[in-house]
Amino acid sequence: MKRPAPEPVAVIKERREAVLKALVGGVPYIGFLGIQFDRRGDELTAILPFRGDLIGNPMLPALHGGATAAFLEVTAIIVLSWSLLWDDMEKAAGGAAVIDPANLPRLPKTIDFTIDYLRTGLPRDAYARARVNRSGRRYASVQVEAWQDNHARPFAQGAGHFLLAGRDE
Amino acid sequence: MVAKRGAMTDNLQTARSFMSALPHAIALGMQIVDLGNGRASVIMPWDARFVGDPVTGVIHGGAVSALMDTASGAAVMCHPAGPLGTATLGLRIDYMRPATPGHTLRATAECYHVTRSVAFVRVITTDEDVLNPVATATGAFTIEGVVGAMP
Repeated sequence: MKRPAPEPVAVIKERREAVLKALVGGVPYIGFLGIQFDRRGDELTAILPFRGDLIGNPMLPALHGGATAAFLEVTAIIVLSWSLLWDDMEKAAGGAAVIDPANLPRLPKTIDFTIDYLRTGLPRDAYARARVNRSGRRYASVQVEAWQDNHARPFAQGAGHFLLAGRDE
Repeated sequence: MVAKRGAMTDNLQTARSFMSALPHAIALGMQIVDLGNGRASVIMPWDARFVGDPVTGVIHGGAVSALMDTASGAAVMCHPAGPLGTATLGLRIDYMRPATPGHTLRATAECYHVTRSVAFVRVITTDEDVLNPVATATGAFTIEGVVGAMP
């Protein structure tokens, strides 16, 4: 018996990028802050390019704690949503469009979010990655960490609980 | 948030210079409406750019966090202990309900205890339905030098 030919990598990439773009592009506040997502396979890295209006204290200068908090929360929500979409998205292999980028499921809602400020956020680009520690039927628990020049020296970390929308409403 | 005190005469001036020194607070359209004695209220009008859920028009939690962080920092700065500066150590935010689209949000923070090195703050955010909180938070803030305190 002959195996079906593997899906061309360009098709896989295009499908994944379309879903990610729709997921991120649908949230005005992500655009307002200028946050971008870099994808390597299923791993996402959030990037917050530095801008003057992200500053909290111009004397130091330092990133506003609120901008840092938002960056962590955005990363947690997108990484969680992405992980929820992943299986359905990959089932689309072979052409069956299981996920319609124009009609994505509702985003998870934040129940609580805790931020630790470890160092001053410098006036440079920041990066963040999140890990979904648990994702159940209704709730998810996500951890996120942000760094700037040196990944081994995170400047902020966060953890939160999220309500998974549309599953039990 | 991070703040440093300059030469100030009264609370209103404190409030104005405080906000004008915060580019991100300005970008989010925040205004201090009440300040003094370790308490601060900051408002943030609804803005389509701050929306987190495109389906409902609800403001993103991150913008609410920024509002509460700003109000908390202002509350620390106007505490009678007179810190010269402050920075957020940690903030825990609980989201009770989505903010109603179109409503102005108001965060009221109270710095209820300070030591030589740490300020403790609680803050509540409401929309125009003021009896039904949108979010609450508690935070710990650094104290950078206290006026009149021993070094």
